[in-house]
Amino acid sequence: MAHTDREAGVRAREIALRNRERTGGVLRALREIVGERGHIDRADEHVVADVFNLSRAEVRGIVSFYHDLKTTPQPGVQVRVCQAEACQSVGARELTARVEAHLGIQLGEANETVSLDPVYCLGLCAQAPSMMVNGRALARADLRDLAQEIPS
Amino acid sequence: MTAYVPLDTSAVAAGADDVATALVDADIDVVRTGSRGMCWAEPLVELDDSGSRLGFANVAPGDVPAIIEHRERHPNCLGPLDGIEYLRRQTRAVFDRAGDRHPLDLAKTTVLEDCLLRDPEAMIAEVETSGLRGRGGAGFPAHIKWRTVFDTPGEQKYIVCNADEGDSGTFADRLLMEGDPYRLIEGMTIAGLATGASRGYVYLRSEYPVAAGIFQSALDNAYAADLLGTDILGSGKDFDLELFIGAGAYICGEETSLLESLEGKRGEIRVKPPVPAVSGLFGAPTLVHNVISFAAVPAIMKHGGTWYAELGVGRSTGTMAFQLAGNVQRGGLIEVPFGITIDEIVNGFGGGTRSGRPVRTIQIGGPLGAYLKPDEFDTPLTYEAVAELGAGIGHGGIVVFDDTVDLARQAHYAFEFCEVESCGKCTPCRLGSVRGKETMAAVMEGREVDSKLTIIEDLCEVMETASLCQMGGMTPIPVLSAIKRFPEDFRR
Repeated sequence: MAHTDREAGVRAREIALRNRERTGGVLRALREIVGERGHIDRADEHVVADVFNLSRAEVRGIVSFYHDLKTTPQPGVQVRVCQAEACQSVGARELTARVEAHLGIQLGEANETVSLDPVYCLGLCAQAPSMMVNGRALARADLRDLAQEIPS
Repeated sequence: MTAYVPLDTSAVAAGADDVATALVDADIDVVRTGSRGMCWAEPLVELDDSGSRLGFANVAPGDVPAIIEHRERHPNCLGPLDGIEYLRRQTRAVFDRAGDRHPLDLAKTTVLEDCLLRDPEAMIAEVETSGLRGRGGAGFPAHIKWRTVFDTPGEQKYIVCNADEGDSGTFADRLLMEGDPYRLIEGMTIAGLATGASRGYVYLRSEYPVAAGIFQSALDNAYAADLLGTDILGSGKDFDLELFIGAGAYICGEETSLLESLEGKRGEIRVKPPVPAVSGLFGAPTLVHNVISFAAVPAIMKHGGTWYAELGVGRSTGTMAFQLAGNVQRGGLIEVPFGITIDEIVNGFGGGTRSGRPVRTIQIGGPLGAYLKPDEFDTPLTYEAVAELGAGIGHGGIVVFDDTVDLARQAHYAFEFCEVESCGKCTPCRLGSVRGKETMAAVMEGREVDSKLTIIEDLCEVMETASLCQMGGMTPIPVLSAIKRFPEDFRR
């Protein structure tokens, strides 16, 4: 475990160093770490703070601000259902309820295999309701689409 | 025979990739294109035989053999593409190339070669003549920003494109970046030449991964073709452009919050003044525009500011890329000159609701926009006429609702969205949204409705007048417009 932690720290440092001189480098580094591992932990924050010469509080502040910068390990399947107006107008609330029932978790929750999060607009407003499964957008989505994406 | 199948998010999310595979399996040459903006028809397939393209709507992989065999007689056939009403009735100055070719086919530049030789002041004057106003939402005259950046001294100036298109009901930025990315690159480059800025950034939201991939490839190609970087096309002029992906925050669509985020920080808004044109990215003079504002520039430079100005009505010049969405039969991108009525968009282009029930309301201008009633649909869509309704055109999104909508619930959602997305810097927005949501919940339960609605009105006044930016300042618009026009929904 300690060994893995150390490896993770080395990787986080690599990513941070690579972005150090770039515009918006801190956010780029944090995004990249999350992109690779699904989340960012306290040790990563410490490394990023060190490389960019920031306090840990400053890095924590950035991490806590953005919805994408998750701080807990993410399950293999990530489902996001759009909650915004265009999707509401064609049943996003009902779709959300059906997805919640199907997955057995509430919006904003996760279990070992799947997370269910709200998203506010995927830009598929003319083909609503929409959702996203592991980065793949689905238009005029219904529960069947989800069942296809996640074989239960 | 060649088939054209879009590769943008609208098409792919509707299953276009499987349709393309089925066409290839049927021995048809397939060219992937950007979107025509007819989102309602996705996946849209165009079959080209001896030069004219035949359109087919909502094609499923299983339909492929039948459309090839029956062609015009197939029920999904829309007829020859240039005869389709939805497209024929549009005037495309920005989206004229989108949809007919692969987005990365490096088409000839529109007007860049001329602009490399033009006097910066003359280009700013052209923008002034065009009357172009910012398409992101505020509708601020573009030339004033250009002039300010040009006039403000600074070693390094910046061009920043706001592609953080977070408003529900809007997708024009995405369609442009996925359909004609070079148009945006060219528009930003020209803006750089005119204002003296040699670096640019496109700030794109993370919810648009397909747009990110296409745009990054377009940037790489543009560099390889000498259209970006140092000594562009041997002109001695430089412009560097980079893509920056956000990390999930609606507020980063507010320009100062976007700049903070681009600097790598929390996306908290800045107090204005100074405006970004004077002190923007890293305190340098920065021209910030929406995608569609920049993308309008090449046409303005090519055909002239006067040509563009004559397209619109009064001070609402040029074309607007309206986006029709929600509960509507034919939602999509509708680029038309200002002055078209709401009714022509919603019922003409849109064909009424998808559910078949009566239209009860539209929300215009995104989540911070007003709810309107059908008896207001004869209003021409100009900045001025819409402002008279107490509403705004915003980024051009129009979301249609049928008669099952509960406006109290929508008002509750407006506060809830503000609560989720507030940057937290100012109290009226951070706390007002929470209190507004709680109070609206009480109204929905029928508890002390009169006094609660009075509290909400007071709260909205505080948010509107005392918030630091439009997030808190405009959240009252959907709330109060709903209460004013649909009082019955708040007293059940």
